[in-house]
Amino acid sequence: MIWIIAIMVFIMLTSAIAVLLVDSLVSAIAATSAISLALSVIFVILKAPDVAMTEVVVGSGLSSVILALALYRISTNTSVQNKQQEQRDA
Amino acid sequence: MRNVSALVFASGLAFLLMVIAWQFTVGAAPMLVGEAILQQAASELGSANLVTSVVLGYRGIDTLGEIAILFTASTATALVLSSISDKPSSKNNTEIRDKGTILSSSASLFFPLLITLGLYIVMHGHLTPGGGFQGGVILAAAFFLPLLAVPGRGVNHSGLALVEGFSGAAFIVIGIIALFQGNAFLQPLWGHGEMGSLLSAGSLPLLYAAVGLKVGAELSGLLAQLGNITESEEDSQTESTSTKQTTMQAENK
Amino acid sequence: MTSDLIHWLLYGGAIGLIVIGIVGVVMLNNIFRIVLALIIAEAGANLLLVIAGYRFDAIAPILTGTSTNQLMVDPVPQAMVLTSIVIGVGIQALALALVLKIYQNYKTLDMREIHQRLSTDIDNSCGVISLLSSEQPAGERPLPKPEALINKEGDE
Repeated sequence: MIWIIAIMVFIMLTSAIAVLLVDSLVSAIAATSAISLALSVIFVILKAPDVAMTEVVVGSGLSSVILALALYRISTNTSVQNKQQEQRDA
Repeated sequence: MRNVSALVFASGLAFLLMVIAWQFTVGAAPMLVGEAILQQAASELGSANLVTSVVLGYRGIDTLGEIAILFTASTATALVLSSISDKPSSKNNTEIRDKGTILSSSASLFFPLLITLGLYIVMHGHLTPGGGFQGGVILAAAFFLPLLAVPGRGVNHSGLALVEGFSGAAFIVIGIIALFQGNAFLQPLWGHGEMGSLLSAGSLPLLYAAVGLKVGAELSGLLAQLGNITESEEDSQTESTSTKQTTMQAENK
Repeated sequence: MTSDLIHWLLYGGAIGLIVIGIVGVVMLNNIFRIVLALIIAEAGANLLLVIAGYRFDAIAPILTGTSTNQLMVDPVPQAMVLTSIVIGVGIQALALALVLKIYQNYKTLDMREIHQRLSTDIDNSCGVISLLSSEQPAGERPLPKPEALINKEGDE
């Protein structure tokens, strides 16, 4: 059991540092989702099934979807703008 | 210079928190209130899931405050997002349309399964781990998945607002009924039936059902607005033109 | 020995997450990553709450048929963490809506540039001389003449 806790804490801390240091934003969102997954496993080991279920559903499901939708809107805003600028330049 | 000072601050904060946390041992929690709740919750409230009895019975007003915070956050998000004039152009719309038949048919297949799962988790909140919030998020995902596959379907924002308003009002009305019977606000009513059956624990399943429907409707409206998906009336016209184009291309081939 | 190791691991993990989140909010430049660092700090705080209610050799706080006279973990921190996770989702949604609004107006995600332009915009809309402006020299700041201000208000 100690090994499971140790591996999960290691995954959490390295993913947290990866969120700060990695270059692309999509990888940062994926690292945030990995933190949530490891956290839910630790919640199950700490005998809290309600909290683990909430963390799985919210962290890996809802939070990642919200972040990905926001990133999609930011990136399509730039691409639409670039297309409009090209149409004006041409 | 800013980086160095931030790192020094971080190490100092970590050291301070570790020293404070070391005073409390892991695994020997001095449960003063928790012990009393563990002894008395089964006979007082009758729900098998003790966390549910804490969330809805002993700390019911905290749940009311949480519902209020979620409502405020989603209303404020809708307000900020509606002022962003970021309508996708018609060129982007026809690019979004073609998601393929696999995705749209499997999304239609997932819809009843996810609704069943969400309602199951909501209704059994007082027996197994689960409850209103988890089931509500699954219901929101059930409504959002077909919307991702075929964005032209649109979402009925007024219907969602109606469901959300009625379930929020139902939560408060159940609490006020307890006031009329001479108890405190949000006191669990109607005795407790046999522990472990579906119709036990008085008004707790009704409260969780109201919370689950409210959270589900709120979050699906919020997701639809983040994805910039509007009502289905304006999009159905562009969808009919795009289907005309695809049928003409199919006939030409 | 093993209980000491579990002590170290769990507290190190929770406090490590909180500190990484706070350092990220202070040090990062990309405003989207600042929201992600906030999410990390919230996850660490939730873990710290659940650790506070743990007991060795106890079972989950759910009454099954065979669970009489057994130690259970504390249900009160778990109820608090349920509330906290859901509030965290609300905060994330509102923060992302604000990031989208900022991006629509300033077309950049860099925190230093946004800070500069936002403060000059706010100062200009209030009619106050901006402290961050690069047009005026630092050091001696000329006091505005009262007649100039009265003339400005009269024109507007």
